[in-house]
Amino acid sequence: MEKKLFGVTALFNTPDEIIKAAKGVRESGYVKYDVFTPYPIHGMDDAMKLKPSKLGYLTLGFGLTGTFIALFSMWFTMAMDYPMIIGGKPFFALPAFIPVTFELTVLLATLATVIGMLTFFFYFPNNSHPLHDTTFMKAVSHDRYGVCIESIDPKFDITKAKTALSGLGGYDIQEIYYPEKSDIRLFDPKFIVFLIVVAAVTSGAIYFALNKLVYMQPFTWMQHQQKLSAQAETKFFADKFSMRPKVEGTVARGYIPYEFKGLAAPTTEIVNPTFPSEKNLALGKKKFLTFCSPCHGNYGDGDSRLRGQFPNPPSLHSAKVRGWNDGNLYHVLVNGQNVMPSYESQILPEERWAIVNYIRVLQKAKNATLEDIQAVRKEGK
Amino acid sequence: MSEINYNYDQKVLPKKVLNIGLGLLVVGTGFGLIGLLLDSQRFLLNYLIAFTFLISVAVGTLFLVALEYVAGADWSVPIRRVTEFFSSTVPFLLILGIPLLFNIGSLFHWSHPEAIANDKILQSKAPYLNTQFFIIRFIVIIAIWSLFWFILSRNSKKQDTSKDQSITKRNIRYSAIFIPVFAITISLISIDWIMSLDPHWFSTIFGIYFFAGTVLASLSVVTYAVVKLYENGYLHPRIKKDHLYSLGALLFAFVNFWGYIAFSQYMLIWYANLPEETYWYLNRWEGMWIYVSLLQIVVHFLVPYSVLLSQPAKMDPKKLKFAALWILFAHLIDLYWLIMPNYHSEGGSSWIYLLEFAFPMAAVGILCVVFYLNYKKTNILPVGDPKLEKGLNFKL
Ligand code: HEC
Repeated sequence: MEKKLFGVTALFNTPDEIIKAAKGVRESGYVKYDVFTPYPIHGMDDAMKLKPSKLGYLTLGFGLTGTFIALFSMWFTMAMDYPMIIGGKPFFALPAFIPVTFELTVLLATLATVIGMLTFFFYFPNNSHPLHDTTFMKAVSHDRYGVCIESIDPKFDITKAKTALSGLGGYDIQEIYYPEKSDIRLFDPKFIVFLIVVAAVTSGAIYFALNKLVYMQPFTWMQHQQKLSAQAETKFFADKFSMRPKVEGTVARGYIPYEFKGLAAPTTEIVNPTFPSEKNLALGKKKFLTFCSPCHGNYGDGDSRLRGQFPNPPSLHSAKVRGWNDGNLYHVLVNGQNVMPSYESQILPEERWAIVNYIRVLQKAKNATLEDIQAVRKEGK
Repeated sequence: MSEINYNYDQKVLPKKVLNIGLGLLVVGTGFGLIGLLLDSQRFLLNYLIAFTFLISVAVGTLFLVALEYVAGADWSVPIRRVTEFFSSTVPFLLILGIPLLFNIGSLFHWSHPEAIANDKILQSKAPYLNTQFFIIRFIVIIAIWSLFWFILSRNSKKQDTSKDQSITKRNIRYSAIFIPVFAITISLISIDWIMSLDPHWFSTIFGIYFFAGTVLASLSVVTYAVVKLYENGYLHPRIKKDHLYSLGALLFAFVNFWGYIAFSQYMLIWYANLPEETYWYLNRWEGMWIYVSLLQIVVHFLVPYSVLLSQPAKMDPKKLKFAALWILFAHLIDLYWLIMPNYHSEGGSSWIYLLEFAFPMAAVGILCVVFYLNYKKTNILPVGDPKLEKGLNFKL
């Protein structure tokens, strides 16, 4: 097979010469040529009349994408999906988000620039080039400066190109051919294995060195603070408990003691003070599903998973419970009953009443009559 | 090699520059004095704004000169004289500061013994914040700056005739000493004259904040002057857009730096949320100050950032002039925002008076006059500098 010509190269000795040579080659009308120097040379863009690279737009585009992703995901996670108060700051705490936004912007911008450069200009994953492994490439990556006029140039003629280059003062003029076959593959299995081994060994070594050999804390005053952690022993109090019992003879703010505490049933009727509005029932449903359904089941049938593992929680649809007034239901909730614990400390009074209202809805739904259904249908219209 | 002859005719700067400068100075001072009669405390603070503005430009340009020597930059050599001219404002700072030194009592709360008597915090700061030490510090710092200005610019001028290359080496050495000295003194000056207006407040980044503004202001002044001279053919014909680009790039870099520092200061205080620090920002969140605070983001960062972002913009004379003037204005606003909230009006409106432009106007006038006078008696091209040829050849 005939060898295919890639181009003609020449070497130069000084930056001034290479600038002149680049100018000369351009002025002789060549367009497919390139200049190789061991380091960037001021004035080369002008000598070659290079247009500013378009890569900047990619950088800008991805930079802005980074900005958007950062702001959106922080807004979504911190302010929308699972709002949490951190340090008393607003959910959407913009100043605190700026560093992350900045980092992600810069990260995506640089990654896009590098990857874009590799793919658009270096034809990644192709990693071979006819100039690789030539003496020319060795020289220009060391201490020489070189020009290569490529054979795909419309004006290309091998003898003319050679005389042009030597006319400009170039020496060591060479013809460069495409290699017959290129066996440099990026995704060579051996290379991949090599990469994996290197990654595993270095990260393992670093982990071992940092965590086992020289475990050091830069500072400890954030880890070991003078504060009480719940469930942990403390030296601060004589009894060593960090969670403190209620101070004798005091009442928590907003706490109203339940007057029928400990009695089997309220001695006077407690009147339900709430109106079962849609909002109230929604609250009741939420709280019922949270606190009551694990035992009494989602619909109050007493059919939860606990059946058989625990004194069976009764159905809330029994004639007895349906016959109770709201106050009685409330009483069981606040006071507990036999093995059912009291929910006084977990559930606020208005939430308790909302639960009671919701139980009433469940009961009504279980025992609805035809007239009830017709009435609902009519209302629906 | 250094025998290249640069004798081109230095064009005479039109008298207009001097007249404008003097006009601004006279009118500005006149209206400023009227203001002082109307409301002495307010216009003292206003004078302080103009004064700190001049400090920024004067010592900032001196810093830029030193930076060129230390960094071994070539590109700025052909325009270094412009920077040097502005830096000769430094010794005048001593004179300009005198009116303020006589009014320490009305400017600084910490200067009142009765205020200190009931104030634990001021008591512990008193060894530093007291009138005598304050005056000493001021005089010593200006003297040090003047000394460096004197050495650097006299050497540079000497080189024009002697062509002695060793002068550059000596100047590099002096610059290397000046830069750390500058770092400390600029922090002290900003703490003394601006931060101590509110003696209870402190921010450890304040010196850098003022430094960022300083470099921006001096770069803008230099950029504006260079572009103007370039456009009208007062500079060497071999100075080209590549030089302008470097100025534009530096401006852009420092716009970012200012934004970074300003945000760092704000975010740390906002996050830690300690009352002894946050109240300073809260004061600037009240009444009209909230608009000034928010405007800072736009005026001092977003606008110059977007104007200077693209590569062609950094060498476009029109855009550069706009950006330079804009940033200069932004620096004034910044100083206003730092200083003016300390004015405690008694019933008066706290909105910006038109009269408040008077003293800053006078400051700009001073810069024009200083530039004109220097240009008249000094070469605009440092013809003896060994790096000049390289600087003129500079290409991106
Ligand atoms: C830990 C499981 C458990 C949870 C949670 C629970 N209960 Fe009970 N509940 C029981 C058991 C068990 C009984 C039967 C007690 C007894 O033997 O008298 C009971 C009884 C009752 C009764 C009386 C029924 C009757 O027939 O005597 C009512 C009313 C009741 N619960 C309401 C509630 C409400 C409202 C909640 C939610 C706040 C709730 N329960 C949460 C286990 C639970």
